[in-house]
Amino acid sequence: MNQVWDWDAAWAVLPELLMAFVHVTLIVTVASTAIAAVLGLLIAILRMSVPKPVAVVINFIGDFIRMTPIVVQLLFAYWTFLNVEPLTIGIAVFGIHYSTYMAEVYRAGIESVPKGQWEATTALSMSKTRTWTAVIVPQAVRATVPALGNYAISMFKDTPFLLSIGVVEMVRAGLTFGGNNFRYMEAITLAGVIFLLASYPTSLLISRLEKRLAYNY
Amino acid sequence: MWITLQLTLGGALLAIVIAVVLGLGARVHNIVVRGLCRTVIEFFRGTSLVVQLFFLFFVLPQFGLELPAMVCGILGLGLNYGAYAAEVVRGSINAVPAGQWEATTALSLSKTQTMRRIIFPQAWALMIPSLTNYLIHMLKGTAIVSFITLSDLTFHTEQLRVQTDTFFAYGVSLVIYFVVAYILTLLMNGLEVRAKHRLGRGEPLREALSVKAPNTTVAAEGGRSA
Repeated sequence: MNQVWDWDAAWAVLPELLMAFVHVTLIVTVASTAIAAVLGLLIAILRMSVPKPVAVVINFIGDFIRMTPIVVQLLFAYWTFLNVEPLTIGIAVFGIHYSTYMAEVYRAGIESVPKGQWEATTALSMSKTRTWTAVIVPQAVRATVPALGNYAISMFKDTPFLLSIGVVEMVRAGLTFGGNNFRYMEAITLAGVIFLLASYPTSLLISRLEKRLAYNY
Repeated sequence: MWITLQLTLGGALLAIVIAVVLGLGARVHNIVVRGLCRTVIEFFRGTSLVVQLFFLFFVLPQFGLELPAMVCGILGLGLNYGAYAAEVVRGSINAVPAGQWEATTALSLSKTQTMRRIIFPQAWALMIPSLTNYLIHMLKGTAIVSFITLSDLTFHTEQLRVQTDTFFAYGVSLVIYFVVAYILTLLMNGLEVRAKHRLGRGEPLREALSVKAPNTTVAAEGGRSA
C-alpha cells in the first residue's frame, strides 16, 4: 500500500488480465460482431420487403432495443434464461443490441444504391432473391464496412458490462485481483492500457480503410 | 430514477463543457496545446467507460483522493462522453463553410467575436443531432453506476425483481429508460429547430410545435420514403 505503483503486482496481474482478454473479451467481440453484421442486414432487408404496418412495428422494436441500456438487457436475459450460460447470453445480447445499429447503417447503404440498379434488375426480370444477393447487397455493404468496425470497437469497450451477469472478463479479473491483494491501481490501470492498445490502432486502421473505400468509388 | 436523471444531466453538462474546450483546443495552431487535447480525447475514447469509473472509484482513494460515488459517476460519464463529443465539436466547426471565416476577416472581427457570434452558432446547429445520440448513450451509460454502489434505476430494478418477477421488473425498467430517452430526443430536436431558426433557416420553435405545421410533417415524411 505504501508505494504508488508496484511492478511485482503489475506482473502478477498481467497474465490473468490477458487470459480473460483472450478467452472472454475477444471472443465476445468477434462473435457478437458477426451476429450484428448478419442480423443487422437481415433486419434491414426484412424492413424494406414487408408491408408498411409490419415495418413500423419492426422499427419500433429496433428503436426500443437501441434506446435502452445494454446492461439492463443483459440482466433481463440473464434472469429470464437461467439455464443458459452467461457468456452465451452476453454474446447474444451484444449481437442483437448492435444489430439494431447495424440495421440503420445498412438501410443507409441500401438507399445509396442508385435507383437505376433496381430498374435494371426489373428490366432483366431477376427474381427478388437474386436482386438482393447479386445486385443490391454487394453494392450496399461495401460502404458499411467502416461503420461495422466502429461498432465492433464500441462493443469491445462495452464488454466490461458483462461483469454484471457474472462473466469473468478483463475488468472483473482485475477487480478480483485487486480485492484479494488490496491493489486496484495496477490491475485497473493495466486493463485500461490494454483497452487503449487494442482499440486505438484498430480505429486508426478503420479510418484508413474508410478513406480507401471512399476513393475507390 | 432520480439518481439516473441527475447523472445524465450532470454528466451532460460536464461533457459539453469538456467537449467545447477540447474540441476548440484540438484545432489551435500551437502544437503543444493541440497534442495535449488530442491525447486526452484519444485516451478517454480508447479506454472503456467501466474502466474509467473503476479507476475513479477504486484507484484514486489510494492517492488519498476519496470522491463520493456520485461525483465519480458524473466525472466518469462527463469525461468519457465529453471526449466523444469533442470530436463532434471539432468536426462541426470544420464543416462551417470557409466563406464564413473569410467574411469575418473581411469585417475584421476579433477571434473571440468570430467564434462566438459567427462560427459557433452555425456549428452548434450541425452538432445537435450527433450530440443527441451521445446524450442517449450517456443515459444508457448511467446503468453501470450500480457497479460503484450508486442506487440508480438499474439497482432498484434488481430489487424490484426480487420482490416481484423478472419480466415485470425489467419490463418496467426498460420502458422507463425508453420513455426518458424519447423525451430527451424530442427536447434535443426542439433545440435543433431553435438553433436553425436563429440562423434564419426554418420556422421558429413555436410554429414547429403547433399542430398545424404542414411543412415539417411533409418534409419528415418525404425524407423517410425517399
